[in-house]
Amino acid sequence: MPPITLTVNGKTHQVNVAPDTPLLWVLRDTLGLTGTKYGCGTGQCLACTVHLDGAASFSCVVPVSAAQGKKITTIEGLANGNGLHPVQRAWIEEDVPQCGYCQSGQIMAATALLARNPNPTDSDIDAAMKGNLCRCGTYNRIRRAIHRAAKGAVE
Amino acid sequence: MSARQPARLVTRREFVETAAIAGTGLLIGFSLPAGRAAPAASNAELNAWIHIGSDDVITILTSEYEMGQGVLTSIPQILAEELDADWTKVRSRHAPTDSRKYGMQGTFGSTSIRQGYNNLRKAGAAAREMLLRAAAETWSVDPASCQTENGTVVHTASGRRLTYGQLAERAARVPPPENPRLKDPRDFRIVGKSLKRLDVTPKVTGAAVFGTDVRVPGMLTAQVVHPPYFGGRVKSFDATRALAVPGVRHVVEIPTGVAVIADDFWSAKQGRDALSVTWDPGPHADLSSEKITSLLRDLVKKPGMVARSEGDVAQAIEGAARRIEATYEVPYLAHACMEPLNCTADVRADRCEVWAATQSPTGTQQAAARITGLAPERVTVHALLMGGGFGRRTQTDFVADAVHASKAIGRPVKVIWTREDDMAAGYYRPVGYNQLTAALDAAGRPVAWRHLIASAPLRVGQNGMDATAIEGAANLPYAIPNVYVSWARADLPVPTHFWRSVGNSQNGFITESFIDEVAHAAGKDPVAFRLALLAGHPRHARALKLAAEKAGWGTPPPAGRARGAAVLEAFGSITAEVAEVSVSGGAVRVHKVVCAVDCGVVINPDIVAAQIESAVAFGLSAALYGEITLEAGRVRQKNFDDYPILRMDEMPAVETHIIAEGDPVGGIGEAGTPTIAPALCNAIFALTGKRIRKLPIGRLT
Repeated sequence: MPPITLTVNGKTHQVNVAPDTPLLWVLRDTLGLTGTKYGCGTGQCLACTVHLDGAASFSCVVPVSAAQGKKITTIEGLANGNGLHPVQRAWIEEDVPQCGYCQSGQIMAATALLARNPNPTDSDIDAAMKGNLCRCGTYNRIRRAIHRAAKGAVE
Repeated sequence: MSARQPARLVTRREFVETAAIAGTGLLIGFSLPAGRAAPAASNAELNAWIHIGSDDVITILTSEYEMGQGVLTSIPQILAEELDADWTKVRSRHAPTDSRKYGMQGTFGSTSIRQGYNNLRKAGAAAREMLLRAAAETWSVDPASCQTENGTVVHTASGRRLTYGQLAERAARVPPPENPRLKDPRDFRIVGKSLKRLDVTPKVTGAAVFGTDVRVPGMLTAQVVHPPYFGGRVKSFDATRALAVPGVRHVVEIPTGVAVIADDFWSAKQGRDALSVTWDPGPHADLSSEKITSLLRDLVKKPGMVARSEGDVAQAIEGAARRIEATYEVPYLAHACMEPLNCTADVRADRCEVWAATQSPTGTQQAAARITGLAPERVTVHALLMGGGFGRRTQTDFVADAVHASKAIGRPVKVIWTREDDMAAGYYRPVGYNQLTAALDAAGRPVAWRHLIASAPLRVGQNGMDATAIEGAANLPYAIPNVYVSWARADLPVPTHFWRSVGNSQNGFITESFIDEVAHAAGKDPVAFRLALLAGHPRHARALKLAAEKAGWGTPPPAGRARGAAVLEAFGSITAEVAEVSVSGGAVRVHKVVCAVDCGVVINPDIVAAQIESAVAFGLSAALYGEITLEAGRVRQKNFDDYPILRMDEMPAVETHIIAEGDPVGGIGEAGTPTIAPALCNAIFALTGKRIRKLPIGRLT
């Protein structure tokens, strides 16, 4: 089978995998980007959230072939040369994570939300984030961190 | 419970290398009580270490394991306080697993701070005195003329100062003091402060390494198909199609099932889907939840083991003016940690290495030793961050999968359970059926309380009693003259295990709902009714009063809402919660939860608040949705669609008020879980008149 070309966090990769392989496992097992997590394999917990051309996408159900030609961003690619993304800094300032396992997905969902809606209301946040499960119940802190990042109130 | 032993201090500069800490400096090992059920280790119980490097960085190695509860921050806070350290220089991580150096290593039962607090203080204080003496020797002055200050020792008269890093080498030669002087808690500047967690940054960059993120050279990835019936076995399997899947390298039967071992997860998954297994279902192929309920219903009528008996309940009920009776049912529950269970093992002829997100590194080591036939000291365990634990990760069934698989093929293997594997594998919170009777006298005072429990056992003691089955029930705090609590054991093939707050999670719901029923039957306000019976338990009364006051108990709630309250002691802490609830079209909504928690001593108030938020979410998921059911011997639930957990739009506001007046130190990881279900159900009753006696609530009809 022909190699698949992927652009992940600004870098181009050629991978030799079956085209129906979920993007999640190409990121984790082929490219070694383990910040994106497996939680359910059926798009129900969204721990696997990444950006495809800036939109939140569920990498455990997206076949890698569908990600070709798109700009893929994972949690590892969120920070840039100037340091952490404001959403990551807001997460630190609100001490959001407990176990931390779902937080990559939460942060990717939140950054996608803020990119299209810089000043979300609580119900905007509910609508965008209610698919991202957190077993530790950090939801109230996630909400506060999103508002903090939206206000530009991060250090 | 073993008595608390004093910290034993050992300085071991030579241990620097085995502890894999770069550089030299002062390294102090200290012991915490083995406590728990484990016998005291023979001669070495060093289960935490402080390393002070010449660069002033202080590294705390802890044998308490991080699953979200904050131990990588709270334990360093206690040590750093007495050490008088510069908090900005403090780092922390899991200690290596080594029972010879550390004794029993594991984290469960909300014991980290409860059992560790005094010894952690003492260890920090000892290190401080050693540094202070090292400085006094350097300057040839009286140690009494020196003091410590934020990571430095200062000679007051001359103003000379040396940092801990500069003193570390010399301090390592100072004999550790037997009885170091502890700080007056009024002088604390680190303990009791909401300092930022030390483990957060890698958790927001993707750099944190959880069990499932481990990569070992030469490693293959496996899935293990377990028998779908409890007590079932592999009869035969056909691997032809599975082995034809690209990337699949081996299909082997191991004692826990059939392992499909491949280059990566997805190949293993494809191979597993192509595998055909014929099962010997074993003796429980017809087991169902209906049969289990029927068995429990019969069992509860039979005499159980007496857990508590005061006065003459039968007579008191017979002669009472009013009798209240109810049955309460609770289901099996899965832990459903966000990180599905997984383990990586590399079994060689003479040694074994295991990487696991585990609450029980010692248990993991022992399990691998049993399977490989190696001595435990030939098994190295790397305890990684856990994507949730909640008790599930004290088990070692997932460890066994990886060790068996690696042993079978002679290569390192990472086994990852799918969500479906995780949901169906058992080790659930036990199922239970309860019959309760209370009696009131003519004045509406309770004169009798009878609680008959029938449930699946979890940890049966030598006397045949399961202490976990009766916790939260036998210790009913209310002053009622005649009390009888018993437990009948339901032998069922479904494996049970600790589930955040354990027996309190069932019994808290049952006793705090039923006392609410009794209060309503007596025509009394449920909070006032409880308080009148709590004279002998002032901490309960204080917590309940505080939660009620902060929640506006007694004032009208917003239109369409009602409040419910509950209070319970668990793990040495007392938690009272008031839930404000509405119901719309059968859907229950919890808007706000006010919690008062008395944990005796608070290390980090924000971590306590986070644990209460977490406990509320965990308890609400169970109360609203959680149940594992069986049909024709198999577990029905497979994934988050049929085992839902609370979502962001369902999360109530949570307000936490901490009482910490130096009473015995209580645990915080589990304590907030049991009271949310009864607070919620009591609010539903206040709002609708419908009494919830069976969980989960689901939709109200």
